[in-house]
Amino acid sequence: MAVIQSKLRTGADDFKANAAALRTQVDELRELTAKTAMGGSEAARAKHTGRGKLMARDRIDGLLDPGTPFLELSPLAAHGMYGGDLPCGGAIAGIGRISGRECVIIANDATVKGGTYYPVTVKKHLRAQEVAKENRLPCVYLVDSGGAFLPMQDEVFPDREHFGRIFYNQANLSAMGIPQIACVMGSCTAGGAYVPAMSDETVIVKNQGTIFLGGPPLVKAATGEVVSAEDLGGADVHTRISGVADHFAESDHHALSLVRGIVSHLNIRKQIGIDLQTPEAPLYDPEEIYGVVPADTRKPYDVREIIARIVDGSRLDEFKARYGSTLVTGFSHIHGYPVGILANNGILFSESAQKGAHFIELCAQRGIPLLFLQNISGFMVGRKYENAGIAKDGAKLVTAVATAQVPKFTVLIGGSFGAGNYGMCGRAYSPRFLWSWPNSRISVMGGEQAASVLATVRRDGLEAQGKHWSAEDEEKFKAPTRAQFDLQGSPYYASARLWDDGIVDPAQTRRTLGLGLSAALNAPIEPTHFGVFRM
Amino acid sequence: MFTKVLIANRGEIACRVIKTCRRLGIRTVAVYSEADAGARHVRLADEAYCVGPAASRDSYLRADRIVVAALHSGAQAVHPGYGFLSENEGFAKACAEAGIVFIGPPVEAIRAMGSKSAAKTLMQAARVPLVPGYHGDEQNPEFLQQQADGMAYPVLIKASAGGGGKGMRIVESSADFPAALASCQREAAASFNDERVLIEKYLVRPRHIEIQVFGDTQGNIVSLFERDCSAQRRHQKVVEEAPAPGIDAARRAEMGRAACDAARAVGYVGAGTVEFIADQGGSFYFMEMNTRLQVEHPVTEMITGLDLVEWQLRIASGEALPLTQQQIPLRGHAIEVRLYAEEPAKGFLPSIGRLAHFRKPAESANIRVDTGVDEGDSVSPHYDPMLAKLIVWDETRERATDRMLTALADFEIAGVGNNIAFLSRLIDHAEFREGRVDTGLIERERAVLIPAPASAPAEALAAASLWTLQSEARAIRITTAASADPHSPWGEVDGWRINGSQTRRLEYREGETRRSVEVRYERSGVQLNGSAAAVSGSGDGQQQYTVGTQRLSASIVRLGEQLHVFSGGLHHVLQPFDPLAHAAGDQEAHGGLSAPMPGKIVDLPAAVGAEVDKGAALVVMEAMKMEHTLVAPAKGRVIAYLCSVGEQVKDGAELVEFEAAE
Repeated sequence: MAVIQSKLRTGADDFKANAAALRTQVDELRELTAKTAMGGSEAARAKHTGRGKLMARDRIDGLLDPGTPFLELSPLAAHGMYGGDLPCGGAIAGIGRISGRECVIIANDATVKGGTYYPVTVKKHLRAQEVAKENRLPCVYLVDSGGAFLPMQDEVFPDREHFGRIFYNQANLSAMGIPQIACVMGSCTAGGAYVPAMSDETVIVKNQGTIFLGGPPLVKAATGEVVSAEDLGGADVHTRISGVADHFAESDHHALSLVRGIVSHLNIRKQIGIDLQTPEAPLYDPEEIYGVVPADTRKPYDVREIIARIVDGSRLDEFKARYGSTLVTGFSHIHGYPVGILANNGILFSESAQKGAHFIELCAQRGIPLLFLQNISGFMVGRKYENAGIAKDGAKLVTAVATAQVPKFTVLIGGSFGAGNYGMCGRAYSPRFLWSWPNSRISVMGGEQAASVLATVRRDGLEAQGKHWSAEDEEKFKAPTRAQFDLQGSPYYASARLWDDGIVDPAQTRRTLGLGLSAALNAPIEPTHFGVFRM
Repeated sequence: MFTKVLIANRGEIACRVIKTCRRLGIRTVAVYSEADAGARHVRLADEAYCVGPAASRDSYLRADRIVVAALHSGAQAVHPGYGFLSENEGFAKACAEAGIVFIGPPVEAIRAMGSKSAAKTLMQAARVPLVPGYHGDEQNPEFLQQQADGMAYPVLIKASAGGGGKGMRIVESSADFPAALASCQREAAASFNDERVLIEKYLVRPRHIEIQVFGDTQGNIVSLFERDCSAQRRHQKVVEEAPAPGIDAARRAEMGRAACDAARAVGYVGAGTVEFIADQGGSFYFMEMNTRLQVEHPVTEMITGLDLVEWQLRIASGEALPLTQQQIPLRGHAIEVRLYAEEPAKGFLPSIGRLAHFRKPAESANIRVDTGVDEGDSVSPHYDPMLAKLIVWDETRERATDRMLTALADFEIAGVGNNIAFLSRLIDHAEFREGRVDTGLIERERAVLIPAPASAPAEALAAASLWTLQSEARAIRITTAASADPHSPWGEVDGWRINGSQTRRLEYREGETRRSVEVRYERSGVQLNGSAAAVSGSGDGQQQYTVGTQRLSASIVRLGEQLHVFSGGLHHVLQPFDPLAHAAGDQEAHGGLSAPMPGKIVDLPAAVGAEVDKGAALVVMEAMKMEHTLVAPAKGRVIAYLCSVGEQVKDGAELVEFEAAE
């Protein structure tokens, strides 16, 4: 296989400047992630642990095989939303290895708004269930939640992708043979009571876990009956009398050990139908990516320098290297798993789109997972290209991306604009995972272009009315659009809303992808039936 | 010379005799009890015969069966080792009657020295110096008390038929005499089936110095010089050395002559030891003669370069002594320590169990290890719990002492308690280093020699943590490699987190103390309590553990739930505490009192239901031929006895239901 020969000059000034800029962004990302991971306020945490309960992250660590990775999903969910009051979106979700088996874990953080479900919390829970479904991963729910956040009930309860969907998913995941395991480590009230009730197997912790449709205050209000939470729906009641839960745990630790035991008895063995190789580190240090990515986003660079710092042995066998060169396509391995890579190396033309569609067909035919390295300002525009039918070539690429059944992975390494986002497997194209780099930008078009488009429309309108529009006024008009796009194009804005599965340190892209690939291979790779390609 | 010899013993001495026989081309026959079927001496011998069940009286003390085995195997001679039948005139007689050579002195010599009282009378006649005392047959307690009172206290009461410290009592005052006498008589009766005792003046700060003698059938007798065995606890020798510190050539010759006179007085043939008690001024008195090879004979071998077992074999086969007195060399200094499976901190209680981990220092011309056990063997309650003897030799006493400390540090023993740390402290004690040992040293310096257990230093805890992480990672790697996804990044144990890394705590229990170490996984490696930490070398044996700027060479072994950290001669036991594993709730500690070791109940002195004070005796049991008393842990009441007098109880068996008063 061909080894990418890096032309990077790590001693050069621009390399150093680039590296310094991106490293700063990565440091900010790591700091923010660590701060967010603390969970609720100090008082809330002290109260929580004071009751003998473990913090949600400690519960997850206890559940995992010691020292093994945890691929957290959307750790910055709800960042900057709801007045900045909902760290991690109030629930931690991710993939980790329990008793030798990769599982999806969803843990409510009761120190954050009592573990109640905000709209983003619901979205995050559903996304984790989607990950479980697509990759056939058992689900472990560490429940400690007051249920729906009532003040926002309209955004949490009624719609298709709202609270009720959680239980719909549990039923259907179970029906697909994907184990559903609940561990009740706190309250589980009202609708929340269905998480354990809908699970295949349920553990409940003594003096901590409660499950009931109506809590003691509601019971008193409704019937006048005075009853303690423990007598109404505690661990003893549910494991001995009601049968709502199956296993009685003495403590959080005991509960976690019971869950580990349950997972060890699932009798599921990962089957891998693809040709694995022994993993090999890249020839070039992944941290050099910091210096590859230009601090000035408009500056072009060779995306092969990125690929060389992600793939095994920095080896890439390119497909159609000489054709449609603004899209680099080729076969490679990451952590020993075969991947077909599509990476933008400029704007998309008809040739690059056709080449991409062809390459996806190859990978789908061969069952090779796809990796999209997205840095795209869009498809080429202009008469020549429109007349040559760039729209139908773009459609070919979008069709191929949309219908390919092999696992797809997308990393936003730079810009993600317009239809380029579609052709390069944006969120709407259901990649198994989508991660962003801290330097990435996402929006329907660039802020400047959007402002110009709107300004042109406005100017045309004004001029049609015979009015004059000064350059100064135009500038004033454009500023808010630019500001809006600037804010909304930020990966933090995106990640907070679950447009991605998280912002990732570029130097950790290889490892993140390796974990994602391995997790994805828990599901068999289905044959692809492409749609009609417009010729 | 014989062509086949039966060894009527077990353990290290049987192995040691086999070694010499093998060197001389003599085939060996072992005997063993059912408990010893897989023992080292059985594995080493050319053939082996089972002579009965575990209990010594039913096997190693069954002279009849051993003679039958000897006859059946065609052995021409029997080597009795030490202990068991080595000084049993009946056995020597039985061998003679069966036409088998008993490798030891004539029956008459055994008999003469067998009764301490009779021996002393004989020695008096031979003008060998004696300690004042009463060795007569009058056993009336009042009479004995008068005798003791007449000698001025302290006095010593000993079983007349005893040996090796069993059934001995030191009495400090007249008032203590009756109780001590009764106890001594009871133990004497149990151990020797003979409750007669003798009484002697007890010397203050006495030394125990003994002379190795050899006689042949031609009437020659030589001395192989002295050994100093003053370092004793409960009258058991712990450290022996040769030559004795502070003994000059003139005194050596004087003692040698006295010892040869003693041997000559009983027509001694073969290896024997004349034990003297010496005071600080150098006066010495005959105590007893052991008509066998001693446990501590290797120190004599190391300073003379001779093989005493070879001498025994030659003499028994009728040869004359290989060397004359003038030809016997004395070179350098040798020290021996006895490694026991025991708990020094619990009054040296024997420690029974499986020798799960046993590593010895490398043997050389300077270091010798005589052992009867290998790793994996069991230390049974049926026999003496000695694991090994470590013997070192060097040009000077000082160098031998240093060498001993180094060699002790190289021992790694886990699975049973042991006295290595105690021995190291004893050897390193100023009084030992200066050669000022008397028999009271250990008891007097108890607090120094058996300090409260020290907690493991931070480096040891860190090393244990690195070891734990290493083995966790290994286990995960193995499962991953066996899966369909053998290189899975999910099996990489580096605490990877998206945009961060994991921090966790490893918890330990050290005795009653909880300890913990913070582990932080960094991209550059692991940090323990904030310091970069790494281990080099992998798997078995010594590994180098680096934590911050500290380096520690340690060997770590996991046995059951415990981690044993061996480093620089120290042994720390840490119990990794996995909160998940213990989450179901540990059993509440019960209020009962359980047997510290297997043994036989001899007395249940407290009345059921009666109030007792803290420290009151509740159960007296006999194990390892020693009495052990379980006392009330607090003021309280015996609810019930769960055992009865005469019952054989297992290790850990609950014996008393006890209720402490609030």
